[in-house]
Amino acid sequence: MNKVVPTADDAVVDIAPGSTIMLGGFGLCGIPENLIAALVKRRITGLHTISNNMGVDGFGMGLMLEAGMIASHIGSYVGENRRLEALVLKGELDLTLIPQGTLAERIRAGGAGIPAFYVPTGLGTVVAEGKETRKIGDRTYVLEQALHADVALIKAWKGDRLGNLVYRKTARNFNPAMAAAAKVTIAEVEVLVEPGELDPDHIVTPGIYVNRIVVGAAYRKPIESKFIQSGGAL
Amino acid sequence: MTGKERIARRIAREFHDGFYVNLGIGLPTMIAGYVPAGIDVMFQSENGMLGVGEPPTDECADPDLINAGKQPVTELPGCSFFASEESFAMIRGGHMDMSILGAMQVDEQGNLANWTIPGKMVKGMGGAMDLVAGARRVIVAMEHQTKDGASRILKECTLPLTGQSVVHDIVTELCWIRVTAEGLVLTEVVEGMNVAEVQARTEAKLLVSPDLCVMTVDALV
Repeated sequence: MNKVVPTADDAVVDIAPGSTIMLGGFGLCGIPENLIAALVKRRITGLHTISNNMGVDGFGMGLMLEAGMIASHIGSYVGENRRLEALVLKGELDLTLIPQGTLAERIRAGGAGIPAFYVPTGLGTVVAEGKETRKIGDRTYVLEQALHADVALIKAWKGDRLGNLVYRKTARNFNPAMAAAAKVTIAEVEVLVEPGELDPDHIVTPGIYVNRIVVGAAYRKPIESKFIQSGGAL
Repeated sequence: MTGKERIARRIAREFHDGFYVNLGIGLPTMIAGYVPAGIDVMFQSENGMLGVGEPPTDECADPDLINAGKQPVTELPGCSFFASEESFAMIRGGHMDMSILGAMQVDEQGNLANWTIPGKMVKGMGGAMDLVAGARRVIVAMEHQTKDGASRILKECTLPLTGQSVVHDIVTELCWIRVTAEGLVLTEVVEGMNVAEVQARTEAKLLVSPDLCVMTVDALV
């Protein structure tokens, strides 16, 4: 078994226009930047993206947006992307904003064979509009549906040729859940190792979820926000 | 001391040793700088970390180590990393002692609005809806009025809600307000201001606690 593909271009060569694509990352942290760059070269359009954010103007998914590749997007926060805000306000992009935890759990459910589940999140807000609610015990919950995708593009730190993955620090975020929720999962890694080199106790994403693995050619990893509040802060 | 600093210092006094706390982006993030001596608080960042430390120097910033505001942070001994679904399981599951968020509007029912202005601003709720639905205690930390002098504490929110009846306390540079079944109860007012002056800056009706006292911000050591 060998899931390694030589380049990011090879990894995304057969993604069809109009596909639903999940993209890992939180802000610009843990995003599949090489796979995104390869996809942008192909200029395929009509994509339905699912990702917590939308990159920034000029990097990450922002490049896909600027290339006119995205028809609709599901995410939780897009405040760093002015181009997207303008497109949405003009009605040119179909944006669905959902709570971040609900997004994560809908993706997890998609990979776990759970079609829907109840959460307290969003009750009494626009998020619950049109959704079934149910009182369980003394609290009312909102029914949320699982999310699936044709393709997941994810980023890990290290992986082996069987697709086993480990992540680094907060770059894990949505990547493991997305790995399980797509028909085809493509992982880019910084370091490729031989099977057996990763401690089995430390593997976060078992290889069963990963179809292709590629070593990213280069990493820019920009830091999105360096602003630090006065007075000492996180 | 700025108004924001006063808010941050006052809220930091609410922490108990051993608390797990999520701080929202912006003003709430400042609170981490004022934790009283002798109190150990574990800060959670919803992008997947417990045990968030101080900001690094520029040279030491690691792009793989950021907080929910996408700012570089550091690791405290005993910190841990986890995926987003795990992070929100601990939030939704009621494991966070406290969630402190900013707001655009809060009202007499404890409703909170902080994520969108229809037709004007498209940002998103991020993790705010999950946090207010799941944390044991939700504190809103915000400046009392808008830059134009309008009240942010209303009879009823006019913006789309983040959560319905979810706020427990409202802390501004002027006062501490507790949300109760009877309405908003003023429990502390800063020195140099009286109840009538706070009410004049507030659209919502404020009830006055029989235990009303001066809002002090000096850390308890």
